[in-house]
Amino acid sequence: MSTETIEKAIEKKPAEPLFSKRRKKLVTDPLVDDNPITIQVLGICSALAVTTQMKPTLVMAISVIFVVAMSNFVISLMRNTIPSRVRIIVQLAVVATLVTLVSEVLKAFAYDMYKELSVFIGLIITNCIVMGRLEAFALGNKPYDSVLDGLGSALGYSWIILTVAFFRELWGSGSVFGIPVFDYVSGLFGPDFKLATNGLMVTPVGAFIILGLIIWVQRTKTGYVEH
Amino acid sequence: MQQSNTYIIVFSAILTIVLGLLLSGTSQVLGPLQQEAIALDKKKQILGAVIDAAEIDKMTPQQINEFYASRISSTVVDISGKEISGVEAEKVEIAKDYKKPADKRQYPVFMFHAEGKPEAIESYIFPLYGAGLWDAIWGYIALETDMNTIGGITLAHASETPGLGARITEGEVQARYVGKKIFDDSGALVAVQMQKGEGKDYSSDLHKVDGMSGATITGNGVNNMLKAYLGHYEAYIKSKSSNQAVAGL
Repeated sequence: MSTETIEKAIEKKPAEPLFSKRRKKLVTDPLVDDNPITIQVLGICSALAVTTQMKPTLVMAISVIFVVAMSNFVISLMRNTIPSRVRIIVQLAVVATLVTLVSEVLKAFAYDMYKELSVFIGLIITNCIVMGRLEAFALGNKPYDSVLDGLGSALGYSWIILTVAFFRELWGSGSVFGIPVFDYVSGLFGPDFKLATNGLMVTPVGAFIILGLIIWVQRTKTGYVEH
Repeated sequence: MQQSNTYIIVFSAILTIVLGLLLSGTSQVLGPLQQEAIALDKKKQILGAVIDAAEIDKMTPQQINEFYASRISSTVVDISGKEISGVEAEKVEIAKDYKKPADKRQYPVFMFHAEGKPEAIESYIFPLYGAGLWDAIWGYIALETDMNTIGGITLAHASETPGLGARITEGEVQARYVGKKIFDDSGALVAVQMQKGEGKDYSSDLHKVDGMSGATITGNGVNNMLKAYLGHYEAYIKSKSSNQAVAGL
């Protein structure tokens, strides 16, 4: 996947439209067909850890989108000057800087989220999606394409963790975005009726189950098979 | 392509300087905002011991600051219960002080009083700090004016297991402490012990609360923390309760 995109970029004509078919594909491919979580099975650790509730998951998703897109952009800008022998360290330095920026901004403007996510925001540095996209794409492609590629991968990651979080919060805490859905629904059936929440969903085990189901459904639909 | 060593060194140096400047600049710009956020969070935790967490969530940061200013007064005492002057209670960093021996630490006390009437104290709030299963746990405990009955507690943690030990942050777990007593009939400090296992009824026992299933070690951490910190404040608590006994006569 990585090498062929590099070659394509070299052949590219300068007057390519802003949203050409190839560029759209950069964004849409990682959403389903080449999803970083369900197909490449990258970035699982944070997908399990932060998805007990929708709100922190959304913040996490936005942070990852920012870091992946921006690091792809910066590395792509520098791609011809980065010495190949230290390129991993350079990538790490850029990613770590961006992650620290995100974490500082959260600390200043959304302290509650910062408290809840602090460790996992820091761990975006080691999120395989980030380094994977830098190595495989940004080092060999132009900045704009790299941003699109980063957005695609990060969005692919985001919709999966948001889906996982939706079901975990709904079944585990009986709410969605903190809105107590279960209480409303229970209320419709009279005072004695109460929908039970499942504590298993709050633990990482719950994330494994939901993620497994998503992967199952998706692979059945796309017919993807491990080689 | 292979670059020369000089190129690599110069490149790395420039990169480090640029990124370093960027980060220190951000930290400088955001620093005051972060300090504010941290101070606000502390106030929320202190207030959490005396009023419902859902109430606090509804308030804007400004409302919280105003509410705190009008309802909370504070002092700092040492281990013998004597007031230390010239120290602001909100500025005492419990986590840092925790590393010192118990008799060298500063102990802030927060008093929740009727609006605008610092003398009409409704409850005393004491900070707590200790170790859970994986990392630090902390919180604030509110004692009613009899200096024996627990009016409320807030607990927080750095990294307890989600769904197990992390449940100490839940209102339902914290509510178990309300109404329990910290001294036994003979006046000895026994604090409140969270029990192993969950689902038993301890409503008749004034010094025990129901445990958290699967989080016995976090529960023990909370027990040790309560016992230790109430012990550190014991002299102060006793001095206040004897005052009241005299005043009551």
